[in-house]
Amino acid sequence: MAEANLKVFRGEKDSGTFENYKVPIEEGMVVLDAIHYIQQNMDPTIAVRWNCKAAKCGSCSAEVNGKPQLLCKSRMDKFEPGEEITVQPIKTFPHVKDLVADVSWNYEVNKKIVPFTPQPGHNWVVYQEDIERVQEFRKCIECFLCQNVCHVLRDHNRKDGFYGPRFMVRLAGLEMHPVDSANRLKMVKEDAGVGFCNITKCCTEVCPEDIHITDNAIIPLKERVVDEFYDPIAKFFKSVFKAK
Amino acid sequence: MNETKATTKTTHPHTGMTTRHDAWWLAPLMVATGFTIFIVYATYRAFENNYYEIGAIISPFYSPKIVLDWFPFSPALLILWVPAGFRATCYYYRKAYYRAYFLTPPACGVKVYGNNGYTGERAFPFVLQNLHRYFFYLATLVLLILWYDAFKALIEPTFHLDLVTVIMFINCFLLSGYSFGCHAYRHLAGGGLNCFSKDESTKRRFKVWEFVSKLNEHHMGWAWCSLFSVGFTDFYIRQVCANVFPNPTFF
Repeated sequence: MAEANLKVFRGEKDSGTFENYKVPIEEGMVVLDAIHYIQQNMDPTIAVRWNCKAAKCGSCSAEVNGKPQLLCKSRMDKFEPGEEITVQPIKTFPHVKDLVADVSWNYEVNKKIVPFTPQPGHNWVVYQEDIERVQEFRKCIECFLCQNVCHVLRDHNRKDGFYGPRFMVRLAGLEMHPVDSANRLKMVKEDAGVGFCNITKCCTEVCPEDIHITDNAIIPLKERVVDEFYDPIAKFFKSVFKAK
Repeated sequence: MNETKATTKTTHPHTGMTTRHDAWWLAPLMVATGFTIFIVYATYRAFENNYYEIGAIISPFYSPKIVLDWFPFSPALLILWVPAGFRATCYYYRKAYYRAYFLTPPACGVKVYGNNGYTGERAFPFVLQNLHRYFFYLATLVLLILWYDAFKALIEPTFHLDLVTVIMFINCFLLSGYSFGCHAYRHLAGGGLNCFSKDESTKRRFKVWEFVSKLNEHHMGWAWCSLFSVGFTDFYIRQVCANVFPNPTFF
């Protein structure tokens, strides 16, 4: 039986070692299966967070050969026979143990966003063309791979000034919602720090739900910020025609 | 522990530049090479101030031709800043050159070059990227003039079709696909609305927004094809003006 050569990070709180394991490959196997094999047959102490194994819960985010991805969506047959497969925890958030990181910062950020605020007296008839953009954003499974790969958070550690792509998606979904009445553009510009994003699109590249984070969420938010803060001509026309 | 386990010492799961195994450096290298070739060529042509006009044909680098008594330099310098500014502030090109030239980051999951003082597009000079829509307005005017040039080359002195005219029309088509698939235009066309079904005007804007969104999906392709075509159109016209390349007439 063919064997895969896995190099897995083992340790706690940023300190540890890469350890090599040889795991038998079966048809249809994913990297999470290989980690489970190690857990069941070699070392029961290896820590990995997972739940659905169907790319819907967003729990098993990690980095495979340096690329942020879900372990349950990383097929073993895409690797060359004998290729060393490096598995690491996500980098951007505090390391807990082995492949587990503490992503709780994201939940704290989420609380800061003004929630959905429906227009008073709205009749709640919503047409598909009005809601389609927002539905794309609702596919988010909160795996936080986009947060992990974003260099503003990952390398510059600007968690003090930038909410990250996941929350730009949430903000875009709220701002574009046809029934919502709150204005979050000041927050988008200042607290959420959309200007930190230099649209290098890594968030879009790693999204397991294929949400076009940059093109459909972040850039439209940047354009709305331009309307509000950088473009006096657009602001003038908007105030005259009041199209919203 | 299983006997197949071996150990590699490390202190942190992410110590080096990256653990990516693939050729992540290839894409930024190719982008940097492509941009550099174009910038060097365009700069040379802008200052050459020769071989840009023959009969009704004019190079896109020199159109509209503006000749001012008080400006002794190449007329291309009076116009090239418009398309250059449009492309420099374009959302696709920003991604491309931030990765290829500034290495912030060079590729996904690869450590950025330099860590201190990152301000993104919040401070000078990159806060000026917010002027993109103004460059779009100006570049659209230039594009209309390029379409005018192509039709002028078709009908002057009499109605005919030659190779340069075909190249000029292809160039205008590619530039239009690039300009009208731009993110700023997508926003202005309808992306800034929250409710498309509100009235007839917003419904019409929704149709435009849908079309622009389709173009926008391939914005990178339009950006590269139009960059190549505008460079090639200028190059071919230069060679025709210099009597190096022929300009066969089809009818």
